[in-house]
Amino acid sequence: MQQVYLTIVLAPLLAAVIVGLFGKRIGRAAAHWATILAVGLSCALSLYTLVGLTLGTVEPWNENVYRWATVGGVHMQIGFLVDRLTATMMATVTFVSWMVHIYTVGYMRDDPGYQRFFSYISLFTFAMLMLVMSNNFLQLFFGWEAVGVVSYLLIGFWFKRPTAIVANMKAFLVNRVGDFGFLLGIAAIVMYTGSLDYQEVFSHVPRLSGQTMEIFQGSAWSVISIICILLFIGAMGKSAQVPLHVWLPDSMEGPTPISALIHAATMVTAGIFMVARMSPLFEASETALSFILVIGATTAFFMGLLGLVQNDIKRVVAYSTLSQLGYMTVALGASAYTGAIFHLMTHAFFKALLFLAAGSVIIAMHHEQDMRKMGGLRKYMPVTYWTCLLGTLALIGAPGFSGFFSKDAIIEAVHASTLPGAGYAYAAVLSGVFVTALYSFRLLFLTFHGKERMDEHTREHLHESPLVVTVPLVLLAIPSVVIGWLTEDSFLFGGFLGDAVQVLPGHDVLAEFGEHFHGPVGFVQHGLVGPAFWLALAGTIAAWFLYLKRPDLPGVLADKFSVLYRLLVNKYYFDDFNEKVLAAGSRGLGRVLWRTGDEKIIDGALVNGSARVVNMTAGVVRHFQSGYLYHYAFAMIIGLTMLLGWVLLTE
Amino acid sequence: MTTGMPLLSLLIWVPVLGGLLVLGIDDARSSVARWTALTISLLSFLLSLFLYAGFNPDSSAMQFVELRPWIESFDIFYQLGVDGIALPLILLTTFITVLVVLAGWEVIQKRVGQYFAAFLIMEGLMIGVFASMDAMLFYVFWEAMLVPMFIIIGVWGGPRRVYATIKFFLYTFLGSVFMLASLIYMYMESGSFEISALYALPLDMPVQILIFLSFLAAFAVKVPMWPVHTWLPDAHVEAPTGGSVILAAIMLKMGGYGFLRFSLPITPDASRELDWLVIGLSLVAVVYIGFVALVQTDMKKLIAYSSIAHMGFVTLGFFLAFAISERGGNMGAASMGLQGGMVQMISHGLISGAMFLCVGVLYDRMHSRNIGDYGGVINSMPVFGAFMVLFALSNAGLPGTSGFVGEFFVIMASFQANFWYALLAATTLILGAAYTLWMVKRVVFGEVANDKVAALQDVNRREFFILGVLAVSVLALGLWPAPLTDLMGSSIDNLLHQVMTSKLVP
Repeated sequence: MQQVYLTIVLAPLLAAVIVGLFGKRIGRAAAHWATILAVGLSCALSLYTLVGLTLGTVEPWNENVYRWATVGGVHMQIGFLVDRLTATMMATVTFVSWMVHIYTVGYMRDDPGYQRFFSYISLFTFAMLMLVMSNNFLQLFFGWEAVGVVSYLLIGFWFKRPTAIVANMKAFLVNRVGDFGFLLGIAAIVMYTGSLDYQEVFSHVPRLSGQTMEIFQGSAWSVISIICILLFIGAMGKSAQVPLHVWLPDSMEGPTPISALIHAATMVTAGIFMVARMSPLFEASETALSFILVIGATTAFFMGLLGLVQNDIKRVVAYSTLSQLGYMTVALGASAYTGAIFHLMTHAFFKALLFLAAGSVIIAMHHEQDMRKMGGLRKYMPVTYWTCLLGTLALIGAPGFSGFFSKDAIIEAVHASTLPGAGYAYAAVLSGVFVTALYSFRLLFLTFHGKERMDEHTREHLHESPLVVTVPLVLLAIPSVVIGWLTEDSFLFGGFLGDAVQVLPGHDVLAEFGEHFHGPVGFVQHGLVGPAFWLALAGTIAAWFLYLKRPDLPGVLADKFSVLYRLLVNKYYFDDFNEKVLAAGSRGLGRVLWRTGDEKIIDGALVNGSARVVNMTAGVVRHFQSGYLYHYAFAMIIGLTMLLGWVLLTE
Repeated sequence: MTTGMPLLSLLIWVPVLGGLLVLGIDDARSSVARWTALTISLLSFLLSLFLYAGFNPDSSAMQFVELRPWIESFDIFYQLGVDGIALPLILLTTFITVLVVLAGWEVIQKRVGQYFAAFLIMEGLMIGVFASMDAMLFYVFWEAMLVPMFIIIGVWGGPRRVYATIKFFLYTFLGSVFMLASLIYMYMESGSFEISALYALPLDMPVQILIFLSFLAAFAVKVPMWPVHTWLPDAHVEAPTGGSVILAAIMLKMGGYGFLRFSLPITPDASRELDWLVIGLSLVAVVYIGFVALVQTDMKKLIAYSSIAHMGFVTLGFFLAFAISERGGNMGAASMGLQGGMVQMISHGLISGAMFLCVGVLYDRMHSRNIGDYGGVINSMPVFGAFMVLFALSNAGLPGTSGFVGEFFVIMASFQANFWYALLAATTLILGAAYTLWMVKRVVFGEVANDKVAALQDVNRREFFILGVLAVSVLALGLWPAPLTDLMGSSIDNLLHQVMTSKLVP
C-alpha cells in the first residue's frame, strides 16, 4: 500500500510542480488536464482506500517513509498513518478538490493567471494530504504551515488588488499566532515524551496524567492540559476560532474556488481534524475540553450573528463557515469527536456547494458581490438556484439532509455533556440554529427571490453558468443531501472510526444520545420533536417575513437597535483593535527601539561616545579616521605588535 | 581520500594564491579575471567536496590533520584539522564563494581583478579560521580576513562606506584584542597554543570568567549580538552585494563558531555561570531586533536586522545545555540545541545570502534599496518575484525550507531549559513572518508602483542560475536535513561532553 499512499500524495505535487514551472510553455489546456487528472487519481485511490478500510480488505497503515533527521536521540520521520479517520479526510479533501479543479476551468477561464492557479490548488491538495496522512507531529506541522502558505498565495492571487495583499498577509500572520502556540505544544510533547510519533506519544498519556510543570515560580500546571491548550491554540488559528477568526472573512479576497476548497471545506477544518486525531491526549484534560467547548460555542453563536448584517454574498457564507467551525469545535469540547468529524465531512460538501453556487452567481453578475444589487435570479439560473437551495437546507439542518444528522448530533452531545461551560455551550449552539436559518435564507431570498435590483445591462446578460460550473454543483449537491442518511448510523453510533478516536467512558455523550432511537428514520423522528428543528423553522419563517414579505423592516430594526447593529457591522471591533492597538503598537515599539535604543543610546552614547572619548584622550587616534584603509591596516599591525611585545616583555 | 594530500592547506592556499594571481589582472582584460576567479572558486568548491567525501562522520576526532612547526620560539604551529562542526562551515564557504563570484560577474566594472581577488583571498582566510587547530594560527586568520572585507566595503561600497568601515573596524578590533590577551595568558599557563591543550588546561573560576568575557567580546561582535550589533546594518548598507553576501553568509558564522571552538570547551564553568547572559542577549536579539526590523525602510537594513534576530537562535541554542542539565533534563535536548544552532548557521548562510542577492538584483536595476521606491515588482519580474517570495518564506522559517530546521530544534531544546525561553524564542514565528512578508507585500506585490518598476527586466540566466541553486539548496536542506545533522552528530556530542566536564581545580 505504500506505493498507493505515495501516489495519492505525490501525484498532485508532481502536477503542481510541472504546471508551476512550465505552465506558460505547456499552455492552459495541458495545465488543467495535468492537475485534474492527478487530483482525480488521488481521489480515486483515496476512495479505494476508504472503501477497503470500511470493508476490511485494507488494513490500517502506520509506517515511516524516510528519516528526516535524528537529533538528540529523537527520531524525526516522515510517514503515513492511514486509518478510517485519515481515509475519511482523504476522500473528502480529494473529492472536493477535484470538483473545485473542474469548476475552476469555467470560473477562471479569462484569468491571465490560469496555470498558476491550477498549480497552487494542486499544491494545496498535496499539502493538505500530507497534513491528514501524517503519523507524527513534525509532518503535521509541515502540512499545517504548507496549507497556510498556499492559502497565503491564493488569497493574494490577484496580487494587484491592495485589499487582497493585505488580506493574505493578515491571514498568514494570524495563523502564525496560532502556530506559535502549536509549536510550543509540540515542544512540550517532545520534552515529556521524547518523541514526535503519534502512537508513541499516546502511549505516554497514562504516565503524564498526574504530572505537573512549573510555569511561574511555585505554580503547578497539569502538563497534559498545557499541551492540549497549546495545541488547540494552533487549531484556533487554522480553524478560525474567536479571537483568531479575523483572517477568514478577509480571505474572501481570493478567487471563489479557493474560498470553497480552502476556506470552507478543507484547510480550515485542519484544526478540527487535529484535535480529533489527538483525542487520546485531549481526553486526559477536562480543563482543555472545557476551554474548547467555550471557545467553540462563542464562535458558533457570535460569528453567526455577523452573517446577518453582511451584504457581500461571499462574506455571508464566510461568517456561516466561522459559525459552523464553531459547531465542530463545540463537538470536540464535548468529546463528540466523531460528531465533529461527521459535521466536518457533511459541511465540506454543502459549504463547498454554497461557495461554488455563490461563485456561479458572481460570474453571472459580472463580479458583483453585493446582494442588494441582486434578486430574482431564480428564473435565470435554475441549476444554481436549486443546488443552492439544497445546500441551504443542508446547512440549516432540515430533517433528512446531511447537515441535520451532524448538527443534531452535536447539539444533543453538548446537551448531554457535563463539563464546566456545557450549559453556556448548549444555549449558544441552540440559538445558533435560529441564526443559521435566518442568515441562510436571507441570502437565498435576497439573491434568488424578490425584486430584480440589478442594472439593466447586467440583467440582459444574465444566464446560467456553463457545464463545467454546474456539473460540480450537482455532484456536490448529491452528497449534501444523502450522505448523512447513508452514513450517520455507522459513523456516529457504529464506531466507524474505531480506535482512531478515543473517548473516556464518562465522556461518551454520543453513545448516550444514540440510545434514544435506531437508524436514520428514527433519528429524523427524534429530530422533529426537538427544539432545534423548530428553531430552524422559526429562522426560515423570520427570513421570509423580513426579506420577502416586509423588506422595509430590516432597515427599521437596524435604526431601532442601532447600538447592536453598529456592533455587528463593526464585527465586534476585533479588526479595529488589531489594527489600531496591536499592529500600530508593534510598529511604534519598533520605531522607539530603533531610533532611541539603537541610534540614540547604543550608537549615539556608547559607540560614537567612546569614539569621542578616545579622540579626546589620544590625539593619535585622529589619524585613524583618515579614511585610508592602509592606515587602518597599518594601525592594526602596530597595535598587535605592541600588545604582543608588552606581553612578552612583562613575562 | 588520499591521506597524503594536504587537502586543508590546498583549500586555504589555492584561493589565496589564486587571488594574488587575479589581483594583477587589469581592467582591460577583465573577462580573464572573471573566468580565472570562477575557475579558482570552482576548484576550491571541488576540493571541499573531496573533503566531504573523505570525512568520517562517525568519529568526533579531528580529521585531515596537518602539523608543521611555524614560529617555534613561541610554540606556534601550523596545525590544521576539521571535525563535524568545522566541515559544514567550510562547505558553506566554498559554495557561497562560487555564487558570489558569479553574482559580481558583469555588475562590477571597476577594478575587476582586485574585486575578485579580495573575495578569493578572503575565502582562503575564512577557511583557515575554520580549519585552525592552533589558537595563534586561528587568530592570525581571524584578523587577516577582515582586511579584504574592509577593502571590499571601502572600495566598492556605497557613499557612507568610510563611516561604515570605521565602525566595523572599531567594533571588531576592540573585540578581538581581548581575545588575544586571553590566548596569550593561557599560553603562559599551559605553554601551548594548541586548542586541544587549552581544552585540557584547568582554570579557576575568576580566571575562567575573565577569559569567557574576553571571548564573548570577540565573538559577540562578530555574531553580532545585541547590543554590539549596530555596525552590521551600516556595513551591509554600504557593502556591495557580494560583500553583503559573504558578510551575512559566512563572516557572522565566525562568531558562532568561536563560541563552539573556544568559549564553551575552554571555559565550561564560566559558561555555566554566565549562560543567563548569553541566553538573555540572544532572546533580546530575537524579540527586540524583530521589532526593529519591522520598521526598516531600507531593504538591506531590514535583512541585516533579520540576520541579527536569526543569529540570536544560534547563540541561544549553544547555551541551553546548562539550564537543561541543571533541571535534570534529558541531555539529548542539549545536543538538540547545539545542533539547532549549527543548522541555523548553515541555513542562515544560504537564506540571508539569497536575500541579499535578491536585493542586489533589484539594486542593479533600480539603484535603490528603499522599499518605498518599489511595489508590484512581480508584474514585470515574475520569475524573480517567485524566488523572492520563496526566500522570504524560508526567512520566516517555513517548514520544508532550511529556515525551519534550526529554529525548530532550538525551540524544542529551549522548552526543556525553560518555558519562557521557548515562549520568547517562538515569537519569531510571528515577528519573522511580519517583517519579511510586509516587505514582500510592499516590494513584490501590488500594482506597478512607477515607470521604473514597469521597465524592470526579469532575471537573466546568470541570476536565474544563482538564485535557482540557492533555492534548491534551501529546499533540500529543509526536506531532508539528516545528511547535515548526521555529519555533525558525533562532534556535537563530543563537544557536549567537554562542556559538561568541569575544569575547576579541585
